[in-house]
Parts: sequence; structure tokens; C-alpha cells
Amino acid sequence: MIELNNVSKWYNDYQVLKDCTLTVERGEIVVICGPSGSGKSTLIKTVNALEPFQEGSIRVHGMEVGAPDTDLPALRARVGMVFQSFELFPHMTILQNVMIGQRVVLSRSSSDAEAQARRLLDRVGMADHAHKYPAQLSGGQQQRVAIARALAMDPMAILFDEPTSALDPEMVSEVLDVMTSLAKEGMTMMVVTHEMGFARRVATRMVFIDRGEIIENCPTEEFFGGTRNPRTEAFLGKILNH
Amino acid sequence: MNWSWSGFFGYLVNPFILGGVWTTIWLTVVSLVAGLALGFVIALMRRSSSRPVAMLAGFYVWLFRGTPLLVQLIIIYTALPVLGIRLSVVESALIGLALNEAAYLAEIIRAGIEAVPQGQVRAGRAIGMKERDIMRHIVMPQAFKIIIPPLGNSVNGLLKTTSVTSVISMEELLRRTQVLIQEKFMVLELFAVAAIYYLAMTTLWDLVQRRIEAHFGKSSAIGAAEKR
Ligand SMILES: Nc1ncnc2c1ncn2[C@@H]1O[C@H](COP(=O)(O)OP(=O)(O)O)[C@@H](O)[C@H]1O
Ligand SMILES: [Mg+2]
Repeated sequence: MIELNNVSKWYNDYQVLKDCTLTVERGEIVVICGPSGSGKSTLIKTVNALEPFQEGSIRVHGMEVGAPDTDLPALRARVGMVFQSFELFPHMTILQNVMIGQRVVLSRSSSDAEAQARRLLDRVGMADHAHKYPAQLSGGQQQRVAIARALAMDPMAILFDEPTSALDPEMVSEVLDVMTSLAKEGMTMMVVTHEMGFARRVATRMVFIDRGEIIENCPTEEFFGGTRNPRTEAFLGKILNH
Repeated sequence: MNWSWSGFFGYLVNPFILGGVWTTIWLTVVSLVAGLALGFVIALMRRSSSRPVAMLAGFYVWLFRGTPLLVQLIIIYTALPVLGIRLSVVESALIGLALNEAAYLAEIIRAGIEAVPQGQVRAGRAIGMKERDIMRHIVMPQAFKIIIPPLGNSVNGLLKTTSVTSVISMEELLRRTQVLIQEKFMVLELFAVAAIYYLAMTTLWDLVQRRIEAHFGKSSAIGAAEKR
């Protein structure tokens, strides 16, 4: 479904991604971890073409992301994304936030879009807040709305970039719970996160990336049970020790 | 110095002067609307990824902000005919005001657009929106709130700046005041009347502006809270 082949990317002469190869099958939950600045965000942003790359190829559902004639908006409409900083639209109500993409991108009727939005808000436990503005919600609530906004487009996969790292600790679980239920329903997901408990429970595969290189890419049980690359070991030691 | 109260009150309700007030108002409105439209296009051009387009817009702003409106009006009215472009006084006044205003408004609009966080644009892209739709549904509504206060100040300035068109004999308030002064020599009385009308117009606008700001302030208070 998502296929990265030898992807490399540079910022001027600084190489952020080095020869990254990774395949995500339908229904897989791939968790990506690694030190800060290692290129995790950059990697998943290349998948929906928010970041261009210079070498290699990325195919999403048969579409060639790097090809100049690819309809990027159409591609992005099929791949949801959830950001660390939520990025809800502050001038719209929660309901409008979840409707806008359906209306503008998918040209759905107002009543269809609203029905879908209300259904999804209910699913993430935010139905009672439909009339509010984002600033009136807590971080955890905003992130759940952001997930509903992504789901509203009926995506075939969703990319999560550290969806809980901007949250106060008590709000982390409400967001992870929504993600867990999505995973159970078979959604294809690429998740950048350091929540190792979530990863162990939900991920089908673990990827460890360091300095732009994919160091580890293996099934979850192997990652947490087997022998690991020393660099992975050092990183896990740091984040699991507290 | 003698001051004539009857002269003062007479001119305060003089139809010739009131006609000038009306001209000042529509000059302001028409050049504002034209200036906004052109200013918006120039603001977008300045942000264009094409260097020549951005430079052309930058040149425009530099040129019109860097020279006095007085000079621009005189060139439009007296120098363009040399090139075979003959414009009436009204046309010259409107074009001059709109071109000049556009340069200032372009900067205000650009600053407003750039104040909208880039993450908002990314979020729009991520749900598959086209750049034009992102501008329309996400960036502009947020930029608009930021733009309102400087835009209001700019309208206040424009109300008074229209008086510069008197140099090409545009019959707005100041010009008509001067015409009467030439005939009647009641310099102080007439300028006092003109000042009162300018004050009335700018005060009225201030009230309108406050209303607009209060209206949009409701949701921008929410916006401010969000930025913590
Ligand atoms: N626009 C940019 N220009 C230059 N360097 C950048 C840019 N964005 C990110 N980087 C650099 O690329 C590296 C990877 O960034 P990122 O993908 O955000 O890391 P992570 O998400 O793993 O913390 C970092 O060293 C960062 O400083
Ligand atoms: Mg990151």
C-alpha cells in the first residue's frame, strides 16, 4: 500500500534521509521511533508529499508520489495526517473543521458532510462539542477532533506525527485509545511516537531511525524481544528508563 | 482678524460644500475598493514562487510608496497625455488614489497572510485542499482578522488623502473650500468648515471600524486564547 524505495532527501548539503526503504501493507500499524532530529517527521511527510525528496521512489496505492504529473491534492485526500500541534482551523467550529475537507475536496453535499462529521465526532467521543471552537477544547480533545477530520475523508491510511507529545500526560491515553480502536478496525497507520506501551500493544512492525537512516525494521515481538542493533538499544535504554 | 459666525454657519450647510463632502466620500470608497482588489493581487504576486512576478510586485510597491501621491497625480494627469493617454480629472484622481492605496494595502494584506501559521497551510494540504482553496477557506479568513485594524487606519488616512487630488482640480471638499475662499476671502471660516467635515467623516468611520473590530473580536478572542 505504501512503499518507500531508497528514499534520500537533502536540505542543501545536509542529508536528512539516507536511502530509506520501507513497505507498509494494508492494515499494518507501523510505529516509527528515533532520537529527536533523526528525520521521523520528514520521513512520514514525504509519504503525502508535504516534503519533497530528491532520490528514490515512493508509491502510495499505486500512485507515484515523486512523479511531476501526480495530482498531489488527490493523493493527500486519500492519506490522512495528524500533527503534533493539532492544527485545527481556529476560525471554524469543530463541526466545520470536520466538514470542510468533505465539502471543498470531495464536493459532498452539506447534509452528507454533516452526517459523516457527526458520526465521526461521536466515534472519537466529541459529539457534544460540535458547536465549539478549537480554542475552547483541551489538547486531547483537539487531537481527537483532528483525527475525526482526517477520517472524514475516508482515507486508506493515516500518518501520525507524534500525536501525543504536545499533550499533558493525563490526556495522552484518550488519544491513544482512539488510535487503538482505529487500529483494531483495520486502518493502515504510520505512527511516529515514543509511546512504547502503545507500540508494544498495537504496532505490527517497529522502525527505528537514527540520523536519517532506518536502523531497525522488524515485527513488534522481535523488536521488543529479540536482539537489537546497539544504536537501537541505546535509544530504547534512554526512553524506557523513566 | 475678523471672524464671521454667520459666514461660518452659512458655509456649514452650503450645498456647494456638501457636494464636496459627498465627492470626498465616494472618492474614498471607490479608490478603497479598487485599491483593495489591486492590493490583494499584488500581495499574492509578492508571495509568488516565480522570481520575476514577485520582483515586479516589489517594484510596484517600492515605486508607489517611495514617491508622493502629489507627484503621481500630476504625472497621471499632465504627463500621460504626452504619451497619448488622456484621462479626465475624475479618472486621474481615482486611478492615482487607487494605485497609491494599493501599494500600502498590498503590504498590509501580505503581512496578514504571513501572520497565519504555516502549519495551517500544511493542515489544509494534508486533507487534499488545493492551494487556491487553502487561501480562500483557511488563510484569508484568519488573515482578515489580523488585517482589520491596519486596514481601518488606512481608510482614515485615505479620507484625508483624497484632498491631495485638489491639485489636479478634482472638486472634492478641499478644492471646493479653496474655490469659495478665492471668491469670498473668508479663509478661516471656510477652512474651519472643511476641518469639521473631515473630522465628522473620520469620526464616523472610527465608529464603524470599532463595530467591525468588535464583531470579529468575538472569534479572535478565542483565537488569542488558543495561542496561549
Ligand atoms: N526546513 C528545514 N531546513 C533545514 N533543515 C531542516 C528543515 N526541517 C528539518 N530540518 C532538519 O532535518 C532533521 C530532521 O528533522 P525532523 O524530520 O523534523 O526530525 P524528527 O521529526 O525526527 O525530530 C533535523 O536535523 C532538522 O534540523
Ligand atoms: Mg518531528
